[in-house]
Amino acid sequence: MLAYIVRRILIMIPTLFLISVISFALIQLPPGDYLTSYVAQLRSMGDNIQQEAIDAMRDRYGLGQPVYVQYFKWIEGIVTRGDWGQSMEWQKPVSELIWERMGLTVVLAVFSLLVSWLIAIPVGVYSATHQYSMPDYAMSILSFVGVGVPAFLWALIIMYFAQTQLGMNVGGLFSQQYLEAPWTWDRVVDLLKHIWIPGLIVAIENTAGEIRTTRANLLDEINKPYVELARAKGLTENRLIWKYPVRVAMNPFFSTVGWSLANRISSITLMSVVLSLQTTGPMQLRALLSQDMYLAGSFLVLLSTLTVVGTLISDILLAWVDPRIRMEA
Amino acid sequence: MDNTLLEVKNLKTYFFLDEGTARAVDGVDFEIKRGQTLGIVGESGCGKSVTARSVLRIVPKPGRIVEGEITLHRLVAKQDGSKMTDLIRLTEVDPMGSLMRGLRGSEMALVPQEPMASLSPVHTIGDQIGEAIRLHQKVSKAEARAKTIQMLELVGFPRPKQRVDAYPYQLSGGLRQRAVIAMALSCHPSLLIADEPTTALDVTTEAQILKLMRSLQQELGMAIMYITHNLGVVAQMTERVIVMYMGKVVEEANVDTIFHNPLHPYTSALLRSIPRLGMKARERQRLASIRGTVPDPYAIPKGCSFHPRCDKKIRGVCDQQEPTYIEVEPGHKARCVLYKQ
Amino acid sequence: MADLDQVKPLDTSPDIEEEIQSGGEKVYVAPPWKLMWWRYRKHKMALISTVVLILFYFVALFCEFVAPYDPDQAANQFKQVPPTAIHIRDTEGNFHMPFVYQHKRVQDPQTLQITYTEEPSPRYPIEFFVHGFQYKLLGLWQTDIHLFGIPQGKDQQGLFLLGTDRLGRDMFARVSYGARLSLTLGLVGVFLSLAIGVVLGGISGYYGGRWDIVIQRVIEFIRTIPQIPLWMTLSAALPATLSVEETYFGITVILSLVAWTWMARVVRGRFLAMREEDFVLAARLNGSSEMRIILRHMLPSFLSYIIAALTLNIPNMILAETGLSFIGLGLRPPAISWGVLLQEAMNLRSLALSPWVLAPGFAVVISVLAFNFVGDGLRDAADPYAR
Repeated sequence: MLAYIVRRILIMIPTLFLISVISFALIQLPPGDYLTSYVAQLRSMGDNIQQEAIDAMRDRYGLGQPVYVQYFKWIEGIVTRGDWGQSMEWQKPVSELIWERMGLTVVLAVFSLLVSWLIAIPVGVYSATHQYSMPDYAMSILSFVGVGVPAFLWALIIMYFAQTQLGMNVGGLFSQQYLEAPWTWDRVVDLLKHIWIPGLIVAIENTAGEIRTTRANLLDEINKPYVELARAKGLTENRLIWKYPVRVAMNPFFSTVGWSLANRISSITLMSVVLSLQTTGPMQLRALLSQDMYLAGSFLVLLSTLTVVGTLISDILLAWVDPRIRMEA
Repeated sequence: MDNTLLEVKNLKTYFFLDEGTARAVDGVDFEIKRGQTLGIVGESGCGKSVTARSVLRIVPKPGRIVEGEITLHRLVAKQDGSKMTDLIRLTEVDPMGSLMRGLRGSEMALVPQEPMASLSPVHTIGDQIGEAIRLHQKVSKAEARAKTIQMLELVGFPRPKQRVDAYPYQLSGGLRQRAVIAMALSCHPSLLIADEPTTALDVTTEAQILKLMRSLQQELGMAIMYITHNLGVVAQMTERVIVMYMGKVVEEANVDTIFHNPLHPYTSALLRSIPRLGMKARERQRLASIRGTVPDPYAIPKGCSFHPRCDKKIRGVCDQQEPTYIEVEPGHKARCVLYKQ
Repeated sequence: MADLDQVKPLDTSPDIEEEIQSGGEKVYVAPPWKLMWWRYRKHKMALISTVVLILFYFVALFCEFVAPYDPDQAANQFKQVPPTAIHIRDTEGNFHMPFVYQHKRVQDPQTLQITYTEEPSPRYPIEFFVHGFQYKLLGLWQTDIHLFGIPQGKDQQGLFLLGTDRLGRDMFARVSYGARLSLTLGLVGVFLSLAIGVVLGGISGYYGGRWDIVIQRVIEFIRTIPQIPLWMTLSAALPATLSVEETYFGITVILSLVAWTWMARVVRGRFLAMREEDFVLAARLNGSSEMRIILRHMLPSFLSYIIAALTLNIPNMILAETGLSFIGLGLRPPAISWGVLLQEAMNLRSLALSPWVLAPGFAVVISVLAFNFVGDGLRDAADPYAR
């Protein structure tokens, strides 16, 4: 098992390398030298920046040199110093800006993942074991609605009702006084008070699909001979369903944790823009619009890394629950 | 003493589908004595397996027992140590209720068709067998495990102490079927329902499993309901035989009588389709399959359901009236207009 | 096998033929497309959705004809007007053909808030095929006939089925025009990704081996990068100076760069399954060329699966375009797409005052649902021989 995990982690390295190359290439696509515009911006604000400072920066990021040199300087900074480059717009190192936002994105993604599993698995199991019953039909229709309405639209609708009916603003993840505050217990409580609405919104969009997956997987398993034999053993229906076919039907679930995470990040990105949450979405959007390349690139690399790590976790989880995979490894 | 174990009277199990009602079992009568082996023979789709599932009350949806009686004569120990029989009308109990669940697996056990698919791929065999033991006997986990190993040994598992923690995919087909048999026998059932237990196995393994089942039957004294389409296995395993066609029993007799003096044209046709060693070339040409196929279960022919395929059919009789099931000679019943009581 | 000729032919007595006659003869002789239609017909939601989609695409094709007003024409006196109520009964309780009343602008003297009420007379009957703004039908015929509207008299009066936006533009006209870009972009994008997906998925599934591994790795890699952030980065690279048509094409290409992986999976899966089929082996033994095997034998038998997959992927495209345009990284005004229209809803004040600006969002939801149902029906029907 340990050898399997180590091997899986080693496989990750080329993937991560490729992700960083692609991300860097993509943010290089728009024309223009951002340092020049950065300097122009600073000067226009009356900040008399020294030529030496500009040269030092030019040298540090390899600007003006071939693209691959710039790439390696950037990567070198990340790997050796944890330096993700400089944000031109915020005039701060990228590393100072991204971590809290990445953290909140992860929290939101994991929260919504857990919420939708908590709903999708029991509901899917009920639907499959009561196929063609009224609740099953109702569930299918509801799940279609879930698939059809994207998270950002839910966000708009909920925002409208909260504003007009409750006179409440559901935007943001913190109350005003905690916005820039350092992390304290009170700030965590404040976060929990705000995070459940966006968490639920993302869960709605994805739960629907997961209910359908659970139902379909379980329907595939439920008529298999091993379920009948368990029934012939004298087990109660509940116990045998949950112990045998549900266990097997859950495997595809675990194996796609990586992709579900990627999907959720997509939903969160759009929804966060609507609700102006302090996640990666709005900041990445601004960075892209203002061609703040290191900031934008860092987000793309980190969000993809999140999926890669999610896939790793799901593979380990799968090897743990399914002996067949454990043995192959 | 009451020697009967199971009585089935006029059992009808229908499947209610969009396309129509499939009469999978349509009026089946038979009886199994204690320690006896009853063979149920017929082509695929004749209702053998559904009969077995009706007895266990695990008919899959949208199937339902619509008529008939199934009675189990259970032996219960009295206070003074003597035994009495307790009649349980299986058709009248709640199929998922505690009484029925208590009987399933302990009084009546199933050995299904496909050993490959009949064990959960993600649980060890020890877990699955031990579960059956713990379900019906008040024993601790450790005792159940010891019992499991003992059962595995009984069915001829090599190295049972190690293999008890094996997953099904690590075992051969023959060993998996042995594990399933060990599970079925773990609570000493009085009736073992074997639904084509060797169909998915190769011939050598089949012979081993059959031998095992016979010796275990002698050792444990249980009755076996042996379902198969293989007449060779019937000759080898059973004492009494019923032949089914389209949900109905068409003939019942002792095994020798069935082979040497078959009454129903369907039974004769089935027997003609077995190749035998030493058959003459002239005869071999006549080794023909029964012409035609089993009709669609939604469109059962009028009259005798076998008449479209029958050699001896009488026009105007067989396609009009349904023959009654009669005892032609003592202990030998048939459902055909050719015979009178 | 020497006495093969002595084996009796299968006896088909009149009785058996009789059985076959009675037992669903229709099913045995029907061609595959007919079986598919029979199965598709059973899926009620899919049937309804088909009608909805035909309607939507009709609007997309003839949006100038369907829209009663020019979608870019701002009317100062009709800003943020709620959807016009259609009456069939006047204030005296008499019944008429459907008609509307005039919108009356009321300003609250304190808050300066503007609201609209109805002037209970005169009645303005709704008519079909009325004269309105000039346009070229299908870009060919100059005309000013519109599907419906109220005849234009001296007084300015509006029939706003979905209300108006902050500048006083008719939302119904804008949603109709938006259908043209949003609905076709999904269609074009899906065909573009199909083209890439069929080639790469086909190579992957048909040849297998090293090609398969490489292509599968590429697909896995693309799927690793979260779609929306990736699409955002790609669209941000499109210069802002591009024309509407160029942006439309650029966005379509960007969406397809990811979406082909969905199609490639389906194609590969079918190829893998089909490679083992007897009829493919038979064709090969007959000496058919590889190209002929693919085109004559394999393609027809999985065309239905491809059509189903196509249908199921169009909604993803529509949602992606809407999302990107909504946050300002997709199509940009003056282009009118549902996503662009939704930008209006991003402003909380505007949303609270005129919730009908969410109308394009519902157009998206309805079309996405309709495509999902149709795709579901097609998928069920795709395998007409499955029971």
